[in-house]
Amino acid sequence: MNKNYIITGLVIFALAVLSPFWFNIITTTQAAPEPELLGKAKAEKKCVLDKYDMRANHMSLLDDWRDSVVRDADRMYKSSNGHSFNMSLSTGENSCLGCHEDKAKFCDACHTYASVTPYCWDCHTNPKEIE
Amino acid sequence: MMKKSRRSFLKVAGVAAVGLGASPAMNFASSDISHPVKSKNEHGLSAHRWGMVIDTNKITDEVVEACVEACHKAHNVPDFNHEVDEEKYPKTRPVNHKQEIKWLWEEEFHNAFPDKEDEFLAEKYHDLPFLVTCNHCKNAPCVKACPTQATFKREDGIVLMDYHRCIGCRFCMAACPFGARSFNFRDPRPFIEKNDPAFPTRTKGVVEKCNLCAERLAKGEQPHCVEASEGAIVVGDLEDPESEVRALLNEHYSIRRKQSMGTEPSVYYVM
Ligand code: HEC
Ligand code: HEC
Ligand code: HEC
Repeated sequence: MNKNYIITGLVIFALAVLSPFWFNIITTTQAAPEPELLGKAKAEKKCVLDKYDMRANHMSLLDDWRDSVVRDADRMYKSSNGHSFNMSLSTGENSCLGCHEDKAKFCDACHTYASVTPYCWDCHTNPKEIE
Repeated sequence: MMKKSRRSFLKVAGVAAVGLGASPAMNFASSDISHPVKSKNEHGLSAHRWGMVIDTNKITDEVVEACVEACHKAHNVPDFNHEVDEEKYPKTRPVNHKQEIKWLWEEEFHNAFPDKEDEFLAEKYHDLPFLVTCNHCKNAPCVKACPTQATFKREDGIVLMDYHRCIGCRFCMAACPFGARSFNFRDPRPFIEKNDPAFPTRTKGVVEKCNLCAERLAKGEQPHCVEASEGAIVVGDLEDPESEVRALLNEHYSIRRKQSMGTEPSVYYVM
């Protein structure tokens, strides 16, 4: 009677509603890239903040850095882990790019995956890209 | 022993309340050791009010050229006469040569000092090259005009731009009586002969000008133009009576540009 129709309908409904999950089970999803620690960053043990803090908050840290450099003329940063940094995105030994020497395999690996395109590089220069 | 007296209950509750009350203080005490600290570079130069003294007697065409080149090279100021590298920047629009970006440049006396052009002015001034740049005015009109505070006056007197905040409205250019500011009508990068990674370029849509080499003063170095000027330009603290700039101003007669505007320029010309 109607019972069979209802049950079939429910099964189809359940399958359809959960289709994203089926889709994910069948296809292989791309794993998030592992940003590679290369160059100086490989030898160095510590970043400015600890790893997970950096992962989550490096944009605000950079924002903070540029305000202190440009507006307050403070260029030195003594981190809570005891290391000192010359606050800079791309110039000097212990700037972000001075330590993470390969921008493409580090910053960009993550950013491409996450579809972020920081506009910083319209002005700031990756020293490795000139030559 | 299930029975509790009111007395013992109150004792425990009291101790607990003290503990709760103390916890923020404990947190504070334990965390303030590890706060990050920001500071100036140890051997950076500082001043109450940075100023510049240009000895016009020592300025020759060669000195002018050396100063401008040192400044513009180091700060990646584009030169629209530079031939564009077609491979790197294909399809670059042809150049409109009325456009110009300059931080430091040469001007004739009657343009630099229109209010001082006397009828029988000493003849030599008509031919002498004058170096002009941002005057880092005490009462900077550009600072007041900027709607985003991208242009601001730093504590040490330098009128500085925060390019990150510039929206390209150009109010500052209208406000500046010295024409010290340039606007990027197009991407400057194809016109930079050799990009110096030590200083960021600018982009299309921002205004730019001299920063009195704030990035060099911070490292304890003199501005590029001072180094290239063979002693013609001195930069120092205008508010320190012992400084070299004050000594120069004491010994010689000097003038400033368009003083009647009331902006109080910090660049002096020893005559
Ligand atoms: C002196 C070298 C050094 C400097 C300077 C430095 N880093 Fe790092 N960074 C490291 C190291 C080493 C790690 C790995 C830390 C770990 O594994 O605990 C790291 C980790 C990171 C991570 C996390 C990576 C991950 O696997 O999730 C990010 C994001 C990051 N850095 C961004 C930056 C930015 C942005 C700057 C500039 C503000 C910067 N770093 C400056 C050395 C440095
Ligand atoms: C672990 C992955 C990862 C690494 C490594 C990483 N980033 Fe990021 N970054 C992100 C993500 C994700 C965002 C976007 C965050 C958001 O929008 O909330 C971001 C955002 C930013 C932003 C802000 C962009 C904007 O438009 O607001 C800047 C600037 C930035 N990253 C700089 C860097 C630099 C420089 C490096 C290399 C030294 C770097 N990042 C390395 C993941 C990473
Ligand atoms: C319009 C050009 C422009 C853009 C776009 C730009 N910057 Fe900058 N930035 C500058 C200039 C110019 C300075 C001043 C350099 C100095 O005084 O040494 C600077 C300074 C800084 C500094 C401190 C000094 C240094 O050497 O790095 C940081 C940090 C910084 N910018 C971060 C960023 C980040 C992060 C972004 C992108 C979200 C960005 N900037 C985008 C032009 C730009």
